[in-house]
This record gives sequence, structure tokens and C-alpha cells, in this order.
Amino acid sequence: MAQNVTSPTSTFSREIFERRLGVFLKWFSIAFFILITVFPFYWMLNLSFRPFQDVLTDPTRLIPRVQDFQTVFAPLSCIFGGDPEFCEGAVRNSSYAAVLIQFNFLRFIRNSLILSGLTVVLSIVISVPAAYAISRLRFRGRSAMNWGILLIYMFPGIVISIPLFVFFVRIQQSLGIQLRSPVGVTLIYLASTLPLALYMLRGYFDTIPPDLEEAAMIDGATRMVALWRVTIPLAMPAIASVALYVFMIAWNEFLYALLFLIENPAAWTLPLGLQQLDSQEVPRTFLMAGSVIISVPVIVLFLFFERFLTGGLTAGGVKG
Amino acid sequence: MTVQQPDVTIEKQGTSKGMGTMAARDARLAYLLILPGLGLVLIIILFPMVWNIILSFQEIGLRDLPTLNLLDFSNLTLENYTDGISSRFWIGLRVTLIYTIGSTVLAIIGGLWAALVAKEAFPGRNIFRAFLLFPYIAPVISTAFIWRLMLDKNFGIINAVLGLEGQEAIGWLTSRSHEFMIFGREVGLPIALITVIAFEAWRYFPFAYLFLLARLQAIPSDIYESAEVDGAAPSQRLWYITIPQLRSVIATLFLLRFIWTFYKFEDIFLLNGGAAGTEVLTVQIFNWLFSRRNVGVASALGVVLAIALMILVVVYQRWTAEEET
Repeated sequence: MAQNVTSPTSTFSREIFERRLGVFLKWFSIAFFILITVFPFYWMLNLSFRPFQDVLTDPTRLIPRVQDFQTVFAPLSCIFGGDPEFCEGAVRNSSYAAVLIQFNFLRFIRNSLILSGLTVVLSIVISVPAAYAISRLRFRGRSAMNWGILLIYMFPGIVISIPLFVFFVRIQQSLGIQLRSPVGVTLIYLASTLPLALYMLRGYFDTIPPDLEEAAMIDGATRMVALWRVTIPLAMPAIASVALYVFMIAWNEFLYALLFLIENPAAWTLPLGLQQLDSQEVPRTFLMAGSVIISVPVIVLFLFFERFLTGGLTAGGVKG
Repeated sequence: MTVQQPDVTIEKQGTSKGMGTMAARDARLAYLLILPGLGLVLIIILFPMVWNIILSFQEIGLRDLPTLNLLDFSNLTLENYTDGISSRFWIGLRVTLIYTIGSTVLAIIGGLWAALVAKEAFPGRNIFRAFLLFPYIAPVISTAFIWRLMLDKNFGIINAVLGLEGQEAIGWLTSRSHEFMIFGREVGLPIALITVIAFEAWRYFPFAYLFLLARLQAIPSDIYESAEVDGAAPSQRLWYITIPQLRSVIATLFLLRFIWTFYKFEDIFLLNGGAAGTEVLTVQIFNWLFSRRNVGVASALGVVLAIALMILVVVYQRWTAEEET
């Protein structure tokens, strides 16, 4: 009996104690997670803004000085001409100008944009009809298809890349078609993002009631017209998030670009160009400026469409 | 709702009348719609996968490629397998397993922790939630380079903050083993391996966080309320209510992340190239291909990894199918 009386008070004090501890833990955790998620990116920005000489003498300066920003933006004054001698020095001292101009990042940005954009468009064109078929139509091999999607989705790039490399070399030898090129890489990106696109789109098509199409078909529309006029407009949110994911995957991709584009510097994508900055002769600050250039677009894109994308992420379990 | 029901059945009967032709037409259309994607996957993924098996039984160097006769199957050999599955392979497998299990477990713990924090209400929570995703969405190449600079033995900020200079400086990504004083005893820790595990956990905890947060938000709040009335303290509510509710998500996450981490290549390749005791199997394959220029052995190891993957995917599918029923 006595125990019954005391136990509520003891758990009551435990409740209060744990609540106070919880408040402390909560703020400690918030600080911890902000530190580990934001600081590395802050550090990247910081190093990219500071001249290499300054980083060498003071590697741990936390905040760039005002004159550092002046150095970074000095080349801007040279866009419309200027003293050539001054401009040459300004470009050399500004990590961003050096990376964009001397190290051809302007070209790599263009290459990456074209490659990723092309992959997105083709991927949508191929995956929307296929996902519709898998979701709506009955045909032999449909369940095998589901298993195949999963298997290919999981299949590691490194294993595929060996025979693909051999295959592409042989095609070039015997047919004269160079697939170790942006064309070949686009094909690989398409094939490897297809399972994700199919998975996400099929899931979305499943949630659209077929009655809507059927109504259109009863009114005389063919299935293709119903798909085009009714289902695709309804599936736009899913199509947009697939497009964003495919874009981000293609933009970030490194292994296939390394294997199939390395011999062709004019066709390098941003990740490949960035990897080439990783050498003893190139200042580390240039490496960080390159990292900023490649990261900022995807982070901005993601933040902009966050709600869209996090839903897709948990639905499709985006590989990474 | 009930009023509409007759309509639906009538319509169903209507379509079932012309079932034969309608179904056949639908199936034909389905194949047509799937064809481009299927063709692409057949050429770019399935054909190479199958062909990889043949390559694994042939003696091929990188330099032989341009003159190779692909249809010559006369010199099939098992040597690639006996060469590839050497002591180096077993060491690589051990490293891969430690790396995979270590970073998967850490990423899930980190994700759970982050989800529990992000579920709480506090000013700036939306920004906080966005911050949490940064490591996951940023390109692997830039995150790898950022951490490499921060972890640099001589100029890195991590050693500077920890006050480790000169002899004491730790080569986080470059030293195989580092002696630490733990409870007065010198213990050698595989520091590079621990660092790549920590990097991987850092990069992928947001993935676990997203899944766990979604599940956490779906737990009905009345369970917590009644537990509170019954006098369960916050830690008890966490342990006896929250964790059991998350068990199936955690198991699925573990399998998914296990598979993806097991086959991860870029992260370690970019961090330290598999040096200092971090040569996982995928990096080992790459090294067979481009350092040793041995296509045959690389394909043989690729076949081994592919078989392991199929087993893992079957396990994953069984698991998710069981979860859904």
C-alpha cells in the first residue's frame, strides 16, 4: 500500500527531472546538428573566398576579411575590358575567376547543364508511358517487370561499368560509333535513373482513380488521348519531382563520367572537372570554389522544392 | 457512396463483354509503351550484366580491349576467380562489412536522434529541417573534398581545433592505425576506417531521418497521452512506445542502407582512394581494372558482388512483402 502511494510522486519527480534534461538535450542536439550539417559548407565558402596565401599563413581563420571579398569580386570589373595586367592578376587571385576561366568551369557548367537537361527530358519521355502501362494495363510479364525494376535499381554502378567499358570500346572499334562520349553517358544515366522514375511515377498513377480516364474513354477518347489529356496533367507533381531527382542525380554523378569522358576534356562535366582540380599544383582554395559552384545549384533547387522532394524521397527511397 | 456502387458494377460488366479483344489490345499497347525503356535497359544494363559473366572467364587485360575478339570462347578459364578471390579479397570483404555495418548503424542512430529533435516544436524548426538534408543532397564529390581539407593532417581545421600539431597530428584519412591512450592503455585504432565510416554516417543520416520522421509523425498522439496519464516518464515513453513503433521502418532502413553502402564506390574513392586499410570491394574492383589493368579479374569480382546483391534483393523483397501483409 505504501508503495502505491509513493510511486506516483517518485515518477512525478522523474517526469520533471527528465523534462528538464530533455530541454537541455533538445537544445544541445539542435546545436550539434547545426554544427555538423552547416559548418562543413560554411567552411567550404570561407576557404573559397580567401586568397590562397592567406589560407597558408592562417589556415583556421573563421571569417574572411573584407579585402578577401574585394579580391574575389575584382575580376568582375574586367568583364567590360580593363588594364590587361591588372585583370590577369585579379583573375589569378580570385579563386572563382581562376576556376571559371583558367580551369574551364564555364564550359563544364554548360556541359553539365546540357547533359543533365537532356537526361531529364528523355527520362520523362520514356518513363511516363512505361509507368502508365505498368500501373494501368494488364500484360504478361508485369510482375517480372516489378522485380526487374527493383534489381536494376539496386544494381551497383561499378559492376555494370566494367562490361560497359569493354562494350563501348568494342563498338567504337567495329562500328566507329564513339559511345565514350556525352551520348553514351546520357544513355547510361537514362538507363540507371529509369527504375527510380518508374517506381515513383507508377506509385503516383496508382493513386489516380482510373474512373477519370474511363469517363474520357466512354466519351470516345482513345486511351492515349485520355493519358495525355487526363492522367498526365493530374500526375504533374510526380513528374516534376521525378524530373528534379533525375536532374540532381545526373548533375552529381561521378563514376560513369570518370570512366567514359576522362579522355575527352572538352566534354567533362562539373564533377569530373572538379576532380581534375585535385592535384598538388592547384591551390586548395580553387578546389573549394569549384565545390561551391557544383553544390550551390542542387542545394538551392532542393530548398526551393523541398516539400515536393522530401515526399518523393520517402516514397521512392532515392538511392544514394 | 453506396448510391454510386451499381454504376461501377454495370461498367465493369460492360467492359468484360469485349474482354478478349480489349485485353489483347491493352496488352499490345502496354508493350508498345514499355518498349523504349525496356530496350534501353536491355542494351545498357542487362546485356552487359550477362556479358560480364563471360568476361569473367576470359583472360583479358585493359590493353587487349581494342583487338579483342569477343566471340572467341575457346580460352575460358577459372583463373580470374582464383586470382581475384585471394587474401586481398577476404581483407576487402572484412573491411567492406565493417564499413557497411558501422556506417549503416551510425546513420540510423543519427537519423533517429535527428528525427526526435526535429519532431519537437521550436523557433526556426523549418530551417533546421532543411539544414539536416544538406549532407545528403550536396554532391558527393564536394562533400568528400570539404572533409578531406578539414581532416588534413597539417592544415586541417579538425586537428587545429583539437590542438594536435606536429608529432601529435592525426592523419585522419591517411594513417592505418593510430595509438590512443584509453584508460591509461595504448590502443591502436584503425583511424582511416573509422573516419570513412563517420563520413558515410554523416552523409546518410538525413536519409534515415526522413523515413523515421515520417513514421514518427504517424504515431497517434493519444498513445503518448494515455502513457503520460499512467505515469510513464519521457524516457520510458521513448523506449516502450516510440522505438517499438519504429521497429519495422528501422529494419527496412537497415536493409536498404546495407545494400547501398555495401556497393558504394565514390565516397571512399574520393576521400582517400581506399588507402590506409579502407579498400572496400568496389574500390578493389576499380583498382584491378585501372591499376592492374586486369579486366578479367575485375569482372570476376563483379560477378561475385552481383550474386551477393541478388541474394540481398531477394531478402529485401521478402522482408517488404512480409511487412505489407
